[in-house]
Amino acid sequence: MSSLDQVFVSAQTALFQLLPEALRPWAGIAVRIGVIAALAPAVMMYLTLFERKVIARMQNRFGPTRVGVYGLMQPLSDGLKMLIKEDIVPRHADRLLHMLAPVTAVAPVILLFAVLPIGRNMVAADLNVGLLYIFAVASVGSFAIFTGGWASRSKFSTLGAMRAVAQLISYEVPGALSVVALIMVTGTLSMVSIVDAQAARWFLFTPWGFVAGVMFFLCGVAECNRTPFDMPEAESELTAGFHTEYSGMKFALWYLAEFLEAFLVCGFTVTLFLGGWQGPAVPFWLLATLLAVIVGMAQKLPLPVRAVGVLVLAAAGLLWRADPIPSWLWFTAKTYALFFVLVWFRGTFPRLRADQLMGLAWKFFLPMALLNIFAAGVWVSYPFPMGTIASVLLLAAGAWGLVRINQPASSHAPRTYVLAD
Amino acid sequence: MALIGSGVLQGLGVTLRTFIETYPWGKALLGVLRIRTGQGLVTIEYPDVRQQHHERQRIFPFLVYDGAPDNLRCVSCKICEQECPPQCIHINGPAKDEQGRPAKVHGRTYPVTFDINVAICMSCRICVDVCPFDAIEMDNEFELSTEERFGRLVFNKARLLKSNEYFQQIKPTEAAEVDARLAAKAKPSPKPAAPAPAAGPTAAPAA
Repeated sequence: MSSLDQVFVSAQTALFQLLPEALRPWAGIAVRIGVIAALAPAVMMYLTLFERKVIARMQNRFGPTRVGVYGLMQPLSDGLKMLIKEDIVPRHADRLLHMLAPVTAVAPVILLFAVLPIGRNMVAADLNVGLLYIFAVASVGSFAIFTGGWASRSKFSTLGAMRAVAQLISYEVPGALSVVALIMVTGTLSMVSIVDAQAARWFLFTPWGFVAGVMFFLCGVAECNRTPFDMPEAESELTAGFHTEYSGMKFALWYLAEFLEAFLVCGFTVTLFLGGWQGPAVPFWLLATLLAVIVGMAQKLPLPVRAVGVLVLAAAGLLWRADPIPSWLWFTAKTYALFFVLVWFRGTFPRLRADQLMGLAWKFFLPMALLNIFAAGVWVSYPFPMGTIASVLLLAAGAWGLVRINQPASSHAPRTYVLAD
Repeated sequence: MALIGSGVLQGLGVTLRTFIETYPWGKALLGVLRIRTGQGLVTIEYPDVRQQHHERQRIFPFLVYDGAPDNLRCVSCKICEQECPPQCIHINGPAKDEQGRPAKVHGRTYPVTFDINVAICMSCRICVDVCPFDAIEMDNEFELSTEERFGRLVFNKARLLKSNEYFQQIKPTEAAEVDARLAAKAKPSPKPAAPAPAAGPTAAPAA
């Protein structure tokens, strides 16, 4: 029995042994495309449920509970609803672009999955320019949003689209600059090599990595239009922003793109700063036992399901008792934990104003990213105690100074109100 | 000067606490950590669990009868029909016998038909306030939705009639008041009856 860590890789190799030699490279491509195309919508469907459940709990509600046990069938019923809804196109809309825009939104997001290392030896394409590829492909999304908003020929849509372009372009700059420090330290653009470089220490636990990671994550949040940076949608101001005029499956495609992008932002932050699929060597049987207890105690599940679940988990724990928790499970757990943070943000923060949004990107993140490159240089050039202390001091002073400089001028003189007469 | 971002972290703390305390284990954890908790889950899962409504909750009127359904208190005076602001009450009556005289059951006239349209009623309770016979009261039944727009949304006399026991059950306080008032009205009825013969002769010559 192959080790749990490589179970999918070994399965694929075993399967390919059955094929003739000439077909194997093509089969490899087909499997990668198939897995991504099948997994991406499934991931998105359950992300919506995850988000709705978590945000509901933060608002003292239950969230979906009626469709299936714990509302687990809710995404399926939502999908069915979207499929059978009427597809409405506004009368004066540009019909071709209106139809193409959601497709151009989804396609690059799915392309991005290609360079995401899900586990050890589990990446669809280990490009040696992986980071560059991410920024190049992700920026296509702003074209899609602008096309969709403009083609709808609606004021709400156009306003949302213009906001989106301004926001996405602004946040791409500090997002890309925050990664420069990482490239400088690791000396590579390949995602797999970056994960390998974090074997000893995750980059989040270095001073420059902490700043860069937080900035990269926040810029990512802004680029996938999620609260508190959801200016392009702004449901309280623009009804639904750029996708106001979309319904049915096209609307579902917009949502697919948005959720997958949010998932990828979490995934890339994990890969670049949180050690990717690396994790402490916790024995797998511990996790299996914990999961078995949770499944066994789930009161709403039918008894046979609980029994089978406990048995399967116990068997897996016994079978792979010598293995640590597999790398793909670490990656998934970290990514979902980060997605929880995204939902947590949505449950906590109100939307930023347009000027605050731009100010954050240009007046705080951009200088901070530039300073961070310098701090990373200091951290690399000097050995441990000196370099770390110097870069921490540099970054703290920089953050403090930027906040002080950017503070709005406020006069403490009492305001006088003059009534018009 | 407060630490940069401390307000943001504080806000995140509030939401995280709210999230955790909705789970039983989370509530226990917060109790151990001595963190003040809020009210937790407030949702009442309606079809499975029913909320205890206030006694004075009012949705839609019904007609009260004592004992048997033909002994309804309504005498078809049509005051409620006239006073109803959205005019959702329609009464035909009082019932007449073959000679055209008012027909009486249990010594009272009664309506032939009594319809109230749920779609129009605004639950204002004015019909209850104006009724001199305490014949109409507000029900707290709220599951009135129906698939048929015209037939089922108009409640006829048969559907409106409900017993006084039902009234006492859903609104004990108000029913006790009404019962006391009706009893007081019923008791002194001999008294006005007693002076009536005395008043009758004096009134008659005056006329």
